Amino acid sequence: MTDLLSKFDPLIQERETLLATGVKDPFSLVMEEVKSPTVAVCNGKETILLGTYNYMGMTFDDDVREAGLTALKEFGSGTTGSRVLNGTYSPHRDCEEALKEFYGMDHAMVFSTGYQANLGIISTLAGKGDYVILDIDSHASIYDGCAMGNAEIVAFRHNDVEALEKRLKRLPEEAGKLVVLEGVYSMLGDVAPLKEMIRVCKENGAMTLVDEAHSMGFIGDNGRGVSEAQGVIDDVDFIIGTFSKSVGTVGGFCVSNHPKFEIMRLVCRPYVFTASLPPSVMATASTSIRKLMHSGNKRAHLWENSKKLHKGLRDLGFELGTPEAQSAIIAVIMPDLERGAMMWQALLAEGLYVNLARPPATPANMTLLRCSLCAEHTSEQVDQILGMFEAAGKAVGAI
Amino acid sequence: MATREEIMAKVEALIGPFNNKGVELKDATTFASDLEWDSLTVMDFVAAVEDEFDIIITMNMQAEIETIGQLADAVAKLMDN
Repeated sequence: MTDLLSKFDPLIQERETLLATGVKDPFSLVMEEVKSPTVAVCNGKETILLGTYNYMGMTFDDDVREAGLTALKEFGSGTTGSRVLNGTYSPHRDCEEALKEFYGMDHAMVFSTGYQANLGIISTLAGKGDYVILDIDSHASIYDGCAMGNAEIVAFRHNDVEALEKRLKRLPEEAGKLVVLEGVYSMLGDVAPLKEMIRVCKENGAMTLVDEAHSMGFIGDNGRGVSEAQGVIDDVDFIIGTFSKSVGTVGGFCVSNHPKFEIMRLVCRPYVFTASLPPSVMATASTSIRKLMHSGNKRAHLWENSKKLHKGLRDLGFELGTPEAQSAIIAVIMPDLERGAMMWQALLAEGLYVNLARPPATPANMTLLRCSLCAEHTSEQVDQILGMFEAAGKAVGAI
Repeated sequence: MATREEIMAKVEALIGPFNNKGVELKDATTFASDLEWDSLTVMDFVAAVEDEFDIIITMNMQAEIETIGQLADAVAKLMDN
């Protein structure tokens, strides 16, 4: 009998080698207590959280929690059904209304996760004979959406407008084309040149989908994302987003002005063949989304935090993923996995949690310590964080 | 219309800068085992081939191409279309 798990032997070996050096397993941390969007207790120690996607700190917002509790009491713990059968309650509809208000768009469709939103929309839009053109550094959910569909897949170099344009011009003029872009690329925290890219797509007859998962709530005057900040949101055909980042709960969505968009509810399998989200989750999401519409001050403070951390880490001598702060993600580039894991553990010992990211999630085989800031981090906490980075960096010889 | 030999010569020239191990290039040389390219190198090389011949090699096609000879055949076919 062939052991089907034997294909993972190299990864098992790599993990064992890493753990044998004495570092804690970076991929099995447990938070025993969560005190706020920015502080938790890990291994009995109070720890500053700098590796969550809680960009706007909405998880502990009083109104958000109250809305969830009320819906839990009034509608029960779950729907036990698909959105197209018995799984649409008024909180689901209200959440879609909140998204339409937030984006100023005609249609909104809520999925059970952001991953499923990409999976469903991409695989359903691009069928046999169509083309999906994507950035090589796209998120796994985008690649999986491509793999699930029957379209031809064309990749282009990360954030390279010219490479995108060349490829679009080589494709058959009459073929259906969907260009998939992200506002913020989550590994390095860099932003896409959407203004130029969307123009090139329009000129070459391609429809466009932009995943704004890491920019919603924060980037753009109304928090609508990078496409808003660069003034091209009206030219984007489909925006994908998630509730598991700035919104502070779980779920995914697609918004669009396309007049035929509603048919997607009947033809998109990851929407149809799964249970809808619990009504309490919908109530927390819609309350949070409506509050995010009026969070200009929090957005400004988060920008201050991000710029301060970026400058501070650069001044300490760390190599960073972007030349300046472009989003709420600041990626510290480590020379290899072993030193990355050592640094990660040293930071945890100081009382700081960041994300350790490694291939295949990262571009160019990099090992990264990814820091993601929250609007609820105080300026003093950012000072503390920089002090911890200095101590840990010196302890492991990273700086 | 380029002959297969001409295509092969151009492909070999494009492999040059990525052939760090100085592997001898034959029809049956594989990208993964013989040249030991990782996914990043493959991406850069595919982009170079696409630009040289003004074609698109989709990821669906790339999955089927393992050897230099198969690549030359695929390029010839794409240029024919």
